Amino acid sequence: MTAISRHERPAPAGPVAASLAFAWRSLLKLKHVPEQLGDVIGIPVVFTLLFTYLFGRALAGSTHGYLQFLLPGTLALAVVLVTVYSGVTLNADLATGAFDRFRSLPVWRPAPILGALIGDIGRYLLAGAIVIGLGLAMGYRPAGGAAGVIAATALVVLFASALSWAWITLGLALRSPSAVMSAGFVILFPITFVSNVFTDPATMPGWLRGVSDANPMSHLVTATRALMAGTATAPQVLWPLAAAGALITVFAPLTVLLYQRK
Amino acid sequence: MITATPSIIGDLAVETDGLVKTFGATRAVDGVNLAIPRGSVYGVLGPNGAGKTTTIRILATLLRPDGGSARVLGHDVVREAAAVRRLVSLTGQFASVDADLTAEENLLLLGRLLGYSRRRARQRAGELLAAFGLTSAARHQAARLSGGMRRKLDLAASIIVAPDLLFLDEPTTGLDPGSRGALWEIVRDIVADGTTVLLTTQYLDEADKLADRIAIIDHGKVIAAGTRGELKGSAGSAGLRIRLLDPADRNRARELIADRQIIASDEPDPAVISARIPVQQRAGAPGQIAARALARLAGAGIGVSDFALGQPSLDEVFLALTGSHPAQAQPGQAQPGQAEPAPAQEAAR
Repeated sequence: MTAISRHERPAPAGPVAASLAFAWRSLLKLKHVPEQLGDVIGIPVVFTLLFTYLFGRALAGSTHGYLQFLLPGTLALAVVLVTVYSGVTLNADLATGAFDRFRSLPVWRPAPILGALIGDIGRYLLAGAIVIGLGLAMGYRPAGGAAGVIAATALVVLFASALSWAWITLGLALRSPSAVMSAGFVILFPITFVSNVFTDPATMPGWLRGVSDANPMSHLVTATRALMAGTATAPQVLWPLAAAGALITVFAPLTVLLYQRK
Repeated sequence: MITATPSIIGDLAVETDGLVKTFGATRAVDGVNLAIPRGSVYGVLGPNGAGKTTTIRILATLLRPDGGSARVLGHDVVREAAAVRRLVSLTGQFASVDADLTAEENLLLLGRLLGYSRRRARQRAGELLAAFGLTSAARHQAARLSGGMRRKLDLAASIIVAPDLLFLDEPTTGLDPGSRGALWEIVRDIVADGTTVLLTTQYLDEADKLADRIAIIDHGKVIAAGTRGELKGSAGSAGLRIRLLDPADRNRARELIADRQIIASDEPDPAVISARIPVQQRAGAPGQIAARALARLAGAGIGVSDFALGQPSLDEVFLALTGSHPAQAQPGQAQPGQAEPAPAQEAAR
C-alpha cells in the first residue's frame, strides 16, 4: 500500500457549507432507510381520514362540510406532531460513534444539528403535501387557491421548524429516544387537542375556551384556515410568526448551551 | 515507576498535567499525567473502566476536563479547542462511521466537511477505498460491512486529511486475528507517513506489537509509563531456564541457585531447572542476577548444557502493577460483525 496519506490541508467547510453537508446526510438517510418516513406518512393520513369520517357528520352535519373546516387544522396538526421526531432522531444520533467524529471535526459545532433541521424541513413539506393531496382527493376545495395553500404550508412549516428547537433541546437533555418521544407527545397532545383544530372553541366550557384561545396552536390554525380561504389578515398571520420567534429565542440558545456541554 | 521525561515542549504531541474528569461520584480520570512524543505510536493500556476512553475524549475536545490541563500539539484542549480539532482525528471505540450511509458516502460527507470540493472529495474517497481494499464495498451501507471492513472504513475516514495526531480507541476490539493484523499494518503505514498515533487497547499483544511507548492506566491513574523494555524491566519477573549436563546434579544445583532474588523449581524434564527472578528496582538487572547464579554453578563444578533468560511479558508487568489481568477475553473469539452493539462501558454520556 502506498501513499495513503495526503499532506494537503484544505480549509474546512464554513458554517453554511457544513450545515448543508449535514442536510445532505439527512436526505441520504431517508433514501437508505425509507421506513423512517413511517410517521411522516402515517400521522397525516390517519388524522385526516379518522376525523373526517368518524366525527364529520356528528360535528358538522356532513363529512364534506366538516372537511372544509378540518383540513387546514389537520395540515397544521400533522406537521406539528411530526416535529417531535426531530428530537427523537437527534437523541439516537448523539449516541452513535459517528456523532463523536462529527464533533471532533474542525467545523462549526452546531452544524450537525442545523443540518438535521434543514433535512427535517423536507419531512415537514412531505407531511404537509400528503394532507393537502389527501384533502383534495376527498373533496376539499380551498377558496384561497394555490397561492393560499402555498402560503399556509409555508407558515405551518416555519412554525414547525421553530417548534423543532424545543424537541431538539429535549433530545439533548433526556437520556433515550423513547423518553424524548413520550415527553414530546405528553406535551403536544394537550396543546394540539385543546385548540380549534377539531371543533369551534365556542362549544367548550368557558375556562377551556380561554385556554384554547390563548394556545399558539389555535392561532396557527386560524391563520392557516384564513390563508387557505383567502381571507387572512395581517394580525392573524403575525400571531403564529411571533410564537415561532419566541420558540426560537428560547430554545435555540438553550440547545447550543446544552450541546456545548455534552 | 518510570515516567517519560519531556525533552522539548514543542516535541510533544500530547502533554497532560493532573487531568481529572468525574462523573457523579466516579473519578473516571484521576490525575493523569502523560507526555507523548511526536512521530510514534503511543499505547495506553488498561482494563475496562480504567479511564482510557474518557482521557481520549478529553484530548479530542469532546469532553471538558474537571481539573488539570492538557495540551495537544501545543494547543490547550479547552481554550484552543478549535485549533486542536484542525490537527487531530478520532476513531471512536465502536465504529464511528454512519451505519446508514454507504462506505463511499461516509467518506464523501467527511471530505466535504473537511473542505474538499465535490470532485476532489470523490477522488479522495476512491483513492482511500482502493488503498484499504474496500472498492467492492463502496456502495454497501456501512451497517452491512463486516466488523473488520467497518474498522478499515473507520480508519480511512480518519485520514481523509492526514491528521498530525490520530486517536484510535480500541481499534481492534472484537475483530478476528486476520483483520487485526491487517489493521496493524495500516496503522504502521499511517505512522510512516508522519502521523502520531495515540492508541488505547486492553490487549497486551497489541500494545507490544504496535506501540513504541506505553502508559499503563488503572482506576483513572497512570501507574507506569515508558518503553516496552523499561516497563518490562520495572516489574514482573524474568525467567531463567537451565539445562544441566547431568540430571543427578539437579538437587544440588537448585539449592545453589536459589537465594533471596531467585525462586528455583524443578521442571518435568529431569535435567532442567527453571528459576524466576522477580524484577525489583534495587536488586540489579535480571541478567546480572542470572549470571551470578550461573557462576555459582560453574564454581561448584556443575556442568550446564544450555540456558535461556526471558524478559517478563507485558502481561506479567501488568499483573504485578495492577493485581489483575488486563483483558479476560482474548481477541479473535468475537464474531465478525458483532463489533457494534455492546454499549461503551467507559463512554461518557
